[in-house]
Amino acid sequence: MITLRVAGIGILGPGFDGWDAGRALFAGERAYEGGDTAEPRSTLLSPTERRRMSYTTRLAVHVAQQALEQSGLPGDELATVFASSDGDTAILHQLCNALALPEKAVSPTAFHNSVHNAPAGYWSIATGSHTSSNSLSCYDATFVTGLLDAACQVTVEHRPVLLNVYDMKMPQPLYDARPIDISFAVALVLLPQASSTSLARVDIELRPSESPESAFDQPALEGLRRANPAARALPLLAALARTHASEVVLSYTNGNCVHVQVTP
Amino acid sequence: MDKAMEPLYVTACAAVSALGRGTAATLEALRQSRSGLQPCDLEHADLPTYIGRVQGLEAEHVTTTQYDCRNNRLAQLALQQDGFEEAVARAREQYRPQRIGVFIGTSTSGIQETERAYRNRDPKTGALPDTFSFRDTSNLTSVADYVRCYLNLLGPLMSISTACSSSAKVFAVARRFMHAGLCDAAVVGGVDSLCLSTLYGFNSLELLSSQPCRPADRGRDGISIGEAGGFALLEQPNAAPSGQATVALLGYGESSDAHHMSSPHPEGIGARLAMERALRCAGLEPAAIDYINLHGTATASNDLIEDRALCAVFGTGVPCSSTKGWTGHALGAAGIIEALISWLSIQHDLVPGSLNTRELDPAINSNIVLQNRQQTVRRVLSNSFGFGGSNCSLVFGSIA
Repeated sequence: MITLRVAGIGILGPGFDGWDAGRALFAGERAYEGGDTAEPRSTLLSPTERRRMSYTTRLAVHVAQQALEQSGLPGDELATVFASSDGDTAILHQLCNALALPEKAVSPTAFHNSVHNAPAGYWSIATGSHTSSNSLSCYDATFVTGLLDAACQVTVEHRPVLLNVYDMKMPQPLYDARPIDISFAVALVLLPQASSTSLARVDIELRPSESPESAFDQPALEGLRRANPAARALPLLAALARTHASEVVLSYTNGNCVHVQVTP
Repeated sequence: MDKAMEPLYVTACAAVSALGRGTAATLEALRQSRSGLQPCDLEHADLPTYIGRVQGLEAEHVTTTQYDCRNNRLAQLALQQDGFEEAVARAREQYRPQRIGVFIGTSTSGIQETERAYRNRDPKTGALPDTFSFRDTSNLTSVADYVRCYLNLLGPLMSISTACSSSAKVFAVARRFMHAGLCDAAVVGGVDSLCLSTLYGFNSLELLSSQPCRPADRGRDGISIGEAGGFALLEQPNAAPSGQATVALLGYGESSDAHHMSSPHPEGIGARLAMERALRCAGLEPAAIDYINLHGTATASNDLIEDRALCAVFGTGVPCSSTKGWTGHALGAAGIIEALISWLSIQHDLVPGSLNTRELDPAINSNIVLQNRQQTVRRVLSNSFGFGGSNCSLVFGSIA
């Protein structure tokens, strides 16, 4: 069992931008009606860096900034985990398109933005942070893998960690091979112990489990949860939105589950 | 972390690179000063550069066909070396499959399959071929998932992709998962295979050498890209079978440059922090290190900045070398291959020379070893610095 505290939440998806909007939705205070995903816009980077950034970097940095501001912590104190199943698929498309042509003219900017740790790199530049940073992928289990990696860092290294999980809407023709219908990103600031800004305590346990994963009764929210690997975070966000303690089950890999007890 | 971490034993390892199949072939190539670099002959890659190519991958077949791609063939070939499968089978019995984690570094996984699918799009609709299996080949998770599947493991799973530090960071991640109680043992490793994306990508940044790369040389002009796969089984000292391990992970240090996406920090702050943190994690003074395996990519800036950072931490005495003149830069697999070379260095008291380095850059002050040297090696520090400023240094030591 790993115990930590959540001290900041950032979120961007279709019809919501920021934790205030997300909390009302996921607590069931109002019905989810969908909408467009707002254009991510981080104010942390210079216009030059912003122009160079890919969409997924802007997506990840947008929610990371929201979570960081809510936590009240200085950005250069947090280690980071950036988790994405597929990374920037618009750039993958651009690269593979270029490589299929006789000239194979790859854009140097596209190439350096294509690395999976591009958002982590831009974030460290934006915050001037020399802390450690991981970038990972675990297909549909990417959110829960990122959560475990961040939790291990919090508990083993005794330091605050900023977890960012994001995936973008898949462009054609890749969509047919890997349908991701929407862009979605979530960020959590996780601390080893309670602080003046912590919102809830979470107890995390990895179990070989037969328990079904947590899902939503509301079809629109359940559709959202399934529409993007990063949105597998939604049951945990719903628990964080409640005013009473609850437990969620997140599906991991190979029949393993992660049980998260959330105590406001 | 003020107290030194408890060492993690390396109870089995396996590797394939341009130097050959298995640790014995790797050691033999090192001893004979035989480079694995050759003129680029990868299909569709018409570039005047040298590559570290693994011979015979085209004839390999993966055991589960939907995973078939160059990268997973390379992974499987590496898993079949050095009795690694047998060691994992023993660990599976000892710990249960659910208690063994799989943490694999890769920068591009099986992206070659997406490149191929784009060459074969339907001319009318633009659709990719029906046979294209994105999840099991091209997605970053594919390689970790294939390794897990091949080894029949059911524990925590992750692909780590922090560019050229990917398969160094697997050691840090595995250690934390084990320490936090999420698994009892871990298979760590890295696999990256030659593909057009990295060859033409580095070409677009004008970082490819037209000759076999010459780390720390006054005439160095860039990298030679290589492919490689390597694995290690990590266990706690009190649980590992006695006599199985000769080397251990003593420490790790991670940092970010916070400077630029594709060029290192001019003062080498990130590199210095990674080395200092690795030493602190291991509870060692700089003087305890007998050999440093450099990141040493042979680009103008990397070698100079790494030298600056290294001299700030270690001074100019400790013998060091880059082994990229032997294997090429294996990107996401560089960390594990250079870990393996570090273990060979400890096991055989061998400091490998900086192959292809003819005349040292006078601006470089560290003690770059040009020829293989036989001397006592008990502890090695290995550097891996990634694009995007993601750095990781590892400290390994002899158990005996």
